[in-house]
Parts: sequence; C-alpha cells; structure tokens
Amino acid sequence: MSDPIEFVMPSLGADMDEGTITEWMVGPGDAVERGDIVAIVETDKADIDIEVWHSGRVAEILVPPGRLVPVGTPLAMLDVTDGEAIPPAPVAAAAPAEATAPATTSPPPAPPPPAPPPPAPPPSAPDMVAITSPPTRHGPTSYGAGDSPATGDDGAPASRIAASPLARRLAGERGIDLSTLSGSGPDGAITAQDLAAVSARPRPVQPEPDRPKRDPAERMRRAIADLMARSKREIPHYYLAADIDLEAASIWLEAANAERPVKDRILPAAVLLKAVALAAAEHPNFNGFWLDGRFQPGDGVHLGVAVSLRGGGLVAPALHDADQLSIPDLMVGLRDVVARARSGRLRGSEMSDPTLTVSNLGDRGVEVVNGVIYPPQVSLVGLGRISTRPAVVDGEIVARRLVTATLAADHRATDGQLGARFLNTIAKLVQEPEKL
Amino acid sequence: MTDTITYRDALHDAHREALEADDRVLVMGEDVADYGGTYAVTKGLHEEFGRARVRNTPLSESGFVGAGIGAALGGLRPIVEVMTVNFSLLALDQIVNTAATYLHMSGGQFNVPVVIRMATGAGRQLAAQHSHSLEAWYAHVPGLRVVAPATVTDARWMLASALDDPDPVIMFEHAALYASKGELSDGGGPVDLDRAAIRRPGSDITICAWGGTLSKALEAAEELGSDGIEAEVIDLRTLRPLDDATIVQSVMRTNRAVVVDEGWRSVGLSAEISARITEQCFYHLDAPVGRVCSAEVPIPYPSHLEQAALPQVPAVVAAAKAAMNR
Repeated sequence: MSDPIEFVMPSLGADMDEGTITEWMVGPGDAVERGDIVAIVETDKADIDIEVWHSGRVAEILVPPGRLVPVGTPLAMLDVTDGEAIPPAPVAAAAPAEATAPATTSPPPAPPPPAPPPPAPPPSAPDMVAITSPPTRHGPTSYGAGDSPATGDDGAPASRIAASPLARRLAGERGIDLSTLSGSGPDGAITAQDLAAVSARPRPVQPEPDRPKRDPAERMRRAIADLMARSKREIPHYYLAADIDLEAASIWLEAANAERPVKDRILPAAVLLKAVALAAAEHPNFNGFWLDGRFQPGDGVHLGVAVSLRGGGLVAPALHDADQLSIPDLMVGLRDVVARARSGRLRGSEMSDPTLTVSNLGDRGVEVVNGVIYPPQVSLVGLGRISTRPAVVDGEIVARRLVTATLAADHRATDGQLGARFLNTIAKLVQEPEKL
Repeated sequence: MTDTITYRDALHDAHREALEADDRVLVMGEDVADYGGTYAVTKGLHEEFGRARVRNTPLSESGFVGAGIGAALGGLRPIVEVMTVNFSLLALDQIVNTAATYLHMSGGQFNVPVVIRMATGAGRQLAAQHSHSLEAWYAHVPGLRVVAPATVTDARWMLASALDDPDPVIMFEHAALYASKGELSDGGGPVDLDRAAIRRPGSDITICAWGGTLSKALEAAEELGSDGIEAEVIDLRTLRPLDDATIVQSVMRTNRAVVVDEGWRSVGLSAEISARITEQCFYHLDAPVGRVCSAEVPIPYPSHLEQAALPQVPAVVAAAKAAMNR
C-alpha cells in the first residue's frame, strides 16, 4: 500500500478561504470510492457536500466537526488504492517522516486558486494526488511510511490517536492537534487533563472565537458583499448587449415539449444555456479565470448558473461540461442543481469550478441584466425576459419573440471586439436549435 | 434529631403504618403471620391487625402473587411478600403477563395497585437458588415500577409511596441489609420514586449503585477520598424508570463513571446504565464507563468463593482508579 495522502479542505469558490466540517459521512476504516460524498462543509454561503477524488480507505480523520480551518488544511488521511501503481519508497521516506511536522501545525497555505478537480478522469494516479494536496505538502507526513499498513485487530488503523470523547471535543473547540500530545489516561489515551497543559500554547489553527458568530443569512450577505466588492474593485468590466431572435427556438421548443409530460418540459433557458456553453467553447477567452496577472483558460465549459435562494442571497453552482450535454440533459441538470442549491445540498466540485456564469433574471421581468463578474472568472452572460416585440424582418415590421442577452466581460482578458463576436455566436447558434 | 434503627425495623414500621392508615392494605406471603416473615419484617403484625389483613399463604408463588394481583384489581392495596427474587420466577407470569399489562390491555380501565416485595442478593451463604440479583429481569418490563431502598430512611418511607402508586411496584430489599443499622432522618415522609439520590457529592468520578451495592460504593468513595479522588455516589433508588437526569448531570460534571451492580454484567442493569451514559454524555466522557459486577457464575456456596464472586470495595476502588488512570 502506498503512503496515505491528505484530503484537504477544498476551495469552494474564490470567496472561500476557510470552512467548517459540519458532518463526516465516513469514519476511519471506511472504504471510499472516487466521487463519494464524504463530508459536509459549511462555508459562508452554503453547506456543501464534499466529494473525495480517490478511491481507497479513510485512515484517519484529522479535523473534527465544528472546527473552522483554512482552505488547504488536511482534513483526513486516505489510504489510496487507485494510487497503488506508485510503489512507496519505504527506506527513503522513513527519515523525513519525523521531520514533517503534523500537517495542521504548519502555517496554512494561502488560499489556493480554485483548483478544480478535473471532471473527466485524470490521466494518472500521481496527478490525482497532486490535485488535493497543495504543492507544499507532498511526501510523507506524520503518518509515516513505516506504519502505514498497520491496522489493529478490528481492521481500524492502529495509528488512530487514542483520546477520550471529551478530549476530542475540547481539542476541536480549542483547535488543538491531538497528534501533538501524549496521553496520560487509560491505555495511554489523551484525556481532558492532557489538553489543559497545552491550552495556553499558540494555536496551530486560528479558531473561530476571533470571529463573531453571525447568522447564516448575514454571513451569506457578507460573503456576497466581499466578493462583489472585489469584483468591482479589481475587474474592469465592459458591457455589451444584443437582442436575440428566439422565434425559431420557440417554435422548436413548442414542438419538442408537445411530446413531454409537464414536469419534463424544457424551458427556453436550457436552449440559451446550451448556446452560451457552445459559444464559450468556441471563444475560450471568455471561459476561464484571470489569475496571477494572466488569463488561464478553463478546463472544459462549466457553466455557473446563478440561483437565488429562498432565504436570500445566491449561489452559482456549475453545470459541468455544459457544452457536451444535450438540451434535455442540460434541463435535467439545471433542475437538479437548482433544487439542491435551494435545499443546501450542493457538491464541492460544483461550487469550486464554474468557468463562466449565466444570470437569468428573465422570469423576474427585467429586460436587461448587466451582471457583476464572479472572480476570478472573466465573463458573465445576462439574460432578460423573453418578450414579443416589433422587429424588422425582410423589411417588414413583425412581432417576434426576442431576448436581450448581455455580456459583462473582464477587459483585462478580452476586448469589446471579441466580446461582440461571442455574443453574436450565441445569437447565431440559437437560430438553429435542432443543432444545439 | 436522628435515630438509629435497623433496616428490618424500618420496614416493619412502614408496614405497621400502612396497615393503620388504610383499611384496604393487607400483607400476604409465606409465613408472614406467626413466623413474622422470613426476614421478620412483619413480626407481630398479625396480632395487631388480625389474620385477615396479615395472611399466611401456601407455598405457591404463582398462586399467592396472582391472588394479590386479583385483590388489587378488586379494590384492595395488597403488599405481597416473596421470599427471594429467585422464587419470584414462579410468579413471573403473574407479574409480567398480568400485573404489568392490565392497565394497557384494558385501555386504561383497570390498574393494578399491588406492591410486591422480595429479597435479593447474596453474601450470606444461602447458595445459588437464594442469592441471585435479578432486578434487571423486572426492570426490563414496561408497566412495572421497580424500586430498591438502600437506606433505612428509604426502607421506612418508600413503602407508603409505593402503595400510593396506582400501578404495580416491585420492591427489592437486599437480604444483607435487613440487619444493618442506620440513622433514620427525622421528619421523613413520602419518597419521590422518580428520583435517584446523590448520597455523597464529588467532582472526579460518578459511582452508580443501589440496594446492596450502595454501602460498598460509599466505602470505596471514602477510600478514594483518602487518595485525593472525590467520587460522587448516586443511589439509583428506582431501577425502572431510571432517573437519567440525575445520572447524566453528575457525569457531565465528573466526566467519568463506574456502575456497581450485584447482578451479572451481561445484559444487566449495569449495561443499561452504561449505555445511557454513553448515549447522553458521550462528548463529556474522559474515560470508558467502568463496571463492577458479579462474576458470571451461579453464586457459589462456600464463603470465600461467594465473596470472590460479588462486587467488593477493592474492585470498585480499582475501577475508579482505572478511569482516573491512577
């Protein structure tokens, strides 16, 4: 078996630099499959289901529920089975094992850019390890090579720290890493008394008390405020708008929906989303991130859809590879993601990696949406109300169903010329809905 | 003002008072009249109250317990004495299938206000068939209240509260307690049968005991005290329904617990109490819940083996120290 790897607190969006595990779905010894939801993380914006990106077994839970930790903090150790192709280097690894302090005591890394786990299976095992482990944390950890395969009689990892429930709870509350303590309790277990001795020590992880507890709605408001202020402060927006003729798409939709039960009806939004996704694939300069002073294209078109929440606020989870989805599949995905956003059951990957965002306020009756870009993305497409308006077609004034589409784009990444072509592509694609 | 009295006499006084206070009260059981009861609790009462109210019964537990239940249904307030819990098993059908069920099966129409007293426990070389602690068998059954007076004060006052209960009450008297003496608190009165009592306050560990194990727990607590460990001793008093609140509040303060049970460890009251502590105090526990119980054997006859089989003070001290890692 190869060395256990770290499962770290993911970044679930550019505005997230810390999070709290509210619930573990797995415990030490549990087998996990790549893509399994293993924990729920509470961020300022929502409770997010977190997936694991390796198959294997949970060796150890490092962060108990309730503790606020920075992005990148190791949350658990995994014995990976899909990484077994890489043989461990038992002798070489043994020495640094001691030197590498328990991970939570090292200074937390700066919040990494949203490093989206690739939706498609990554090419090889080493890449997968790199995805969840911040670059500074490769190699052996306190969970050294020497003891990695050891398990107890009951199959649980023998290296699980013996600590009383009270000690675990107090350690969580005080942000004390149990692996830094030695126990004086029954069978060498760490007890509350052992914690008392270290309570005065500087804490490896900045705990919650620094931050006044705010109610979730207030926290979400604050998170949106921070992010939107950052967007308007840093991103030089430019705005373009174009009316898109939806007559052909509407007729096509009516025919398509005629055969469908009401609950499976396709909404015009799905057609527009598909067109935006295809246009983004065709114009990659609008599909990605502005990071480290340069544009970095997205890996696939992951369409963030702005969803307003009933309690106030909004989230923009991703429809992954939206350009590859058929319109009916995209509709299913849209319904699913909206329902889960509103019930607080989004997954981490959905929160972390939209490559551009679509904001549709048409059903609220507005004509034009001039959006604010979601950093570090570089564009946002706004959709207004679909309405029947006078239009000139072949020299005649006729009634047509139109929608005003807008583009808010980052002028650092693109110029208006490109933006216009992007919008035109959307408008053109919608004219042939059957090809979408 | 306090008065020293034996547990036996305290029970005697309680019976006398009950017979005086309420015409509906009668005492029935093997040899309760002329002989005064196996443990002399009812000695002399038949002379004062007559053979109709202090009745000898045939040697048939199922018969006379059933008769007592019938009398309760008929409007009387019988106190049925069974010689030991071992023998009460012959009346288990009457108690479990009849007394415990009538209120529920009649849709609340018929309650069974019977008090069934029985001796329990070992320590006097009476061998396995007279020495077992089967309180858990009864504490398992909904419809019954199970109490275990451990002090002379509770022996004196619990009976009246048990008679006041409209439903069947099983009262366990540890046989080793009858001759024990204690101070009777003055001004005693009705006992709240829903509440356990803290017999010794402490901050380091909670020791749960009842009936015959209370004195051992208190003795162990004194010994622990001399080692600087302050044990809180809870007398459960009522084994069904258990007073979770008192136990939980104590363990939340002390973060450790030991249960002392003269019953067997497997599937017994100590298991139940330990489970409840773990369920309700898990994140307050600083050590596994300790249990000191009887050895898993029929209680032996030879004195040295009998004593070895029972929970003893050194074992309680050791369990508490293990939880403290001392």
